[in-house]
Amino acid sequence: MQDLEPVVSEAIARFNGTEDVAELERIKARYLGKSGALAGAMKDLAKLAPQARREVGARINAAKDRIEAALAARREVLAAAELDSRLAEQALDVTLPARGLARGGLHPATRTLERIEQLFRSIGFDVADGPEIETDFHNFTALNQPQDHPARSMHDTFYLKGAGQNLLLRTHTSPIQVRYMQHHEPPFRIIAPGRVYRVDSDATHTPMFHQVEGLWIDEAVSFADLKGVLTDFLRKFFEDEKLRTRFRPSFFPFTEPSAEVDMSCVFCGGAGCRVCGQTGWLEVAGSGQVHPNVLKACGVDHEKYMGFAFGMGPDRLTMLRYGIDDLRLFYEGDLRFLAQFT
Amino acid sequence: MKFPESWLRSFVDPKIPTQELARVLTMGGLDVESVEPVAPAFDKIVVGRVLEVAKHPNADRLTLCKVDVGGGTTLAIVCGAPNVVAGMKAPVAMVGARLPDMEIKQVKVRGVESSGMLCSAKDLGLSQDHSGLLALPAEAQLGADVRRVLDLDDQLITLKLTPNRGDCLSLLGIAREVSILTGSPLAVPAVAPAKAALDEKRGILLQDTEACPRYCGRVIRGVDAKARTPDWMVRRLERCGLRSISAIVDIANFVMLELGQPLHAFDNRAIEGEVIVRRAREGERLKLINGQEVELAPDVLLIADRKKPLALGGVMGGEASAVSGSTVDVFLEAAWFNPSAVAGRARRFALSSDAAFRFERGVDFAATPEAIERATQLILDVCGGAAGPISEAVATLPQRKPVRLRSSRASKIIGVQFSDEQIAGLLKRLQLPHARSGGEFTVIPPSYRFDLEIEEDMVEEIARLHGYDNIPSRPPQAKFTMLPAAEGRRTLSELKRILVDREYFEVVNFSFVEAQWERDFCGNAEPIALENPIAAQLDVMRSSLMGSLVANLRFNLARKLDRVRVFEAARCFLRSSGGEDPRDPARALAGYQQPLRIGGLAYGPAAAEQWGVPVRPVDFYDVKGDVEALLFPREARFAPLAHPGLHPGRAASVSLGGAAIGWLGELHPRWQRKYDLPQAPVLFELDVAGLAAVNMPQYREISKFPPVIRDRSMEFDEGIPVSGILEELARNRPPLVQNIRLFDFYRGKGVERGKKSLAFRVVMQDTARTLTDAEADAAMAQLTELLAAKFGAKLRT
Repeated sequence: MQDLEPVVSEAIARFNGTEDVAELERIKARYLGKSGALAGAMKDLAKLAPQARREVGARINAAKDRIEAALAARREVLAAAELDSRLAEQALDVTLPARGLARGGLHPATRTLERIEQLFRSIGFDVADGPEIETDFHNFTALNQPQDHPARSMHDTFYLKGAGQNLLLRTHTSPIQVRYMQHHEPPFRIIAPGRVYRVDSDATHTPMFHQVEGLWIDEAVSFADLKGVLTDFLRKFFEDEKLRTRFRPSFFPFTEPSAEVDMSCVFCGGAGCRVCGQTGWLEVAGSGQVHPNVLKACGVDHEKYMGFAFGMGPDRLTMLRYGIDDLRLFYEGDLRFLAQFT
Repeated sequence: MKFPESWLRSFVDPKIPTQELARVLTMGGLDVESVEPVAPAFDKIVVGRVLEVAKHPNADRLTLCKVDVGGGTTLAIVCGAPNVVAGMKAPVAMVGARLPDMEIKQVKVRGVESSGMLCSAKDLGLSQDHSGLLALPAEAQLGADVRRVLDLDDQLITLKLTPNRGDCLSLLGIAREVSILTGSPLAVPAVAPAKAALDEKRGILLQDTEACPRYCGRVIRGVDAKARTPDWMVRRLERCGLRSISAIVDIANFVMLELGQPLHAFDNRAIEGEVIVRRAREGERLKLINGQEVELAPDVLLIADRKKPLALGGVMGGEASAVSGSTVDVFLEAAWFNPSAVAGRARRFALSSDAAFRFERGVDFAATPEAIERATQLILDVCGGAAGPISEAVATLPQRKPVRLRSSRASKIIGVQFSDEQIAGLLKRLQLPHARSGGEFTVIPPSYRFDLEIEEDMVEEIARLHGYDNIPSRPPQAKFTMLPAAEGRRTLSELKRILVDREYFEVVNFSFVEAQWERDFCGNAEPIALENPIAAQLDVMRSSLMGSLVANLRFNLARKLDRVRVFEAARCFLRSSGGEDPRDPARALAGYQQPLRIGGLAYGPAAAEQWGVPVRPVDFYDVKGDVEALLFPREARFAPLAHPGLHPGRAASVSLGGAAIGWLGELHPRWQRKYDLPQAPVLFELDVAGLAAVNMPQYREISKFPPVIRDRSMEFDEGIPVSGILEELARNRPPLVQNIRLFDFYRGKGVERGKKSLAFRVVMQDTARTLTDAEADAAMAQLTELLAAKFGAKLRT
């Protein structure tokens, strides 16, 4: 009986010596095939005595198992190597840019208007809308500004040709509150965003701009509520609970008492800087308790109901929030500007 | 209203610094726009007299001056000013003086010692004038501090007054307010009536007593109209922003600033007979003191004599009757004009008038005689002359109606619980006369306040004096109900986001556009025009967003951006024959439609240039996809459209449920050329109202049985629109056909000329059982026959 150990070692060595799957199979035949080394040993088995036959048979089987195990192991190694190389060939440059469409963006003023709507909706303000070509009645008279009222010169009004000064482009969003009150029953809790128009044009004024009107009328809505709501709004809008507000006595024909609303400068925190003209304050809204003449003109019982209205400039809030220094950029449609607000 | 702080403090002098005074004014409702020093900081500048002027030995343009600075000191100073002459008084910066821009040292100038500097107004930061030395008044004391001599330690306060506070358009009015706000006493010098040295009286005839219920006039004879206005008065006028003109005019302006009553001085010679206050006659003309000639109408009030108009009442005097250097006799006017008789008149004639500005806001009707006395006193002092007695015509002056004020109402409106005592105290501080019954007060507003008419006006006074800062900020409390949230309607914000997801950027354009855009893009020859456009080319209201979007494209192309996708959501403006619907903003006004529209423009490559995607220009079908995305899940009907702005073969109307809601298409090549665009953009515009409604989802059973899918290609005549074929298939499909979709479109080789091949994918399914091949074949055959019968389609093999 030939010693099988060298055969096994040789087989394992030769298996491990090849990198090629076909070659491996050819080598396999030399050891495990019909005319292979082990097949010869098996043939000789018959010549042995039963006792020795069992013993030698077991040795041959053990050797065969070891060779087969080595073969299987080598097959796996070679298969894994082959897969690796195939995958390596398939590898992508994952850093190449993605395909497909990019995204556009909303106008920065829209971002602000949507934010304002969202904040006021969260305390139950509905959103109202109105026409932009308006009547003199809705824009002025119903708002306690009869013809030749000095306050009218505060608004430089665009008039429609051939309409005898009766039709105009609304100079503020306040006519929306008039229309809303005329056609709804109190209590009222609305904001009204929109485009307004005034004959004015320079770095901080454009002949068309945005305004948001707010109105809350109920049986006991006071000036203290006005201060509470607007202060809360400005803090939430600018995400700054330390922001301070200042309400200054002022005059609007449609409110009494009236107040200008200032907030502490968002750039210097009130210390004084170029943006706030060293005052520490930024003027952001006009407001006040709705004038009884306005309630009367809108058919609301002004002894029973009271409340506040305010008007603010979302364009200015947008400029402050994003650090924009020229209002004209809003209305030029420059994609290099618009793409910054995606 | 701009004034020097010192003038205000001469009437009321609260013991608070300037900044605190400004804060008190602002928080009291008189908004301080700015506080600025009259002169910048400098020191050691004294009055000097130039004794001698000699040529500088080493420089042609310089002089060597001997200057007496008082106290027996004479300085040698090198000077470069061309106007220096011996005998003049000028500011001298002593050695060690600090000027706004420099420090003065003992120096040698071209080899000659100079012990100080003679100063120009610019050197002191008083003005831009550096043409020569600032000449000081001859009476200025030598060696005196120039700051004191010129009264430079003063602040200019500018108020941004609201139109309701006409009473604060004078120093007296502001002082009264400061006294109320600070509690400091008001000290206004009493004016003694002038002694009537003449007995000459000019008659006054009030023809419109509503417009002018009170008119005072007085003749002053023998004045020196060329007299010099005193320096102190010139200084106050200038610091209030008024130029000195002549003594008499300056005095009228001074009294207006001091007391708030506008005055006018006529040359007495120009008036024939009595002074008449009347309405102008239609077409009457008057040349004003500013040289402008105005044509009048009957709603304009005139000061006239028997023969001619003299002045626009309360607005501006006439040229012919104005005082001049040759005036010897003056007729001085102080009248009270009703705000409604003056309001808007100055604006109508484009006049800038301090008088009209005050009268239209309301002038104190009780203080007219006091003002004419004050002006008389100043004229006699400055110009000499002899005054006659005041002639006065008075009709019914305005009455101040009592105003009720309830403590309870004030508390409720302000949101602060005021006791009756507190209200009484605040009214007292406001110096408002009132009667009281428990918590109810009856206030009589003073003659100088025109803004206290109703209870709320009084509440504002209470809130103002209590201090807005002292009113709490209360978190809102309300009975809340939830806001409606209609699932079947989409908001504008959702629609905008659909376009943003498809690479569009939102723009906001002016609603007024060039009339030409309306003509070109909309065929609109008569757009809604503005009476007073901001610029000649922005004179009409747009009926479509199209022109603005093309302009946005041009703007960006000019900045080398070659791929542009923009959209705008805004109202458009059209005439309509419809009546009004007050609840619909789009139709709130009869005769006009103002629909809210969303429109977009796409230009350049369909996708941004990128690897692995071939570059092709965006086309009609890309934008149609954007439009369908906006409509999804509703399906619109598209039909060929003739539109003045669009390519006749590449434009479609969009309708939903039978109603047209907009259009899309390629820009007409004519406009592409005219507007200088390298390629044609594709545009769309849709009514937001039409887009907003969406279907509520409705559940249908899902089949458990497998679908059968078959494809079929058919050939059709070129001219048959696909939408008609799909609609026919949808209407008449066999019941087991679930869905038919066009998945291919082909023209060219293999298909006859004038024909097109359409391939449909048909999905068949039954919810109750599995379909057999025979059933599917039968359904397909039915579809083929349908298309053959309706459209003459042939099966493609």
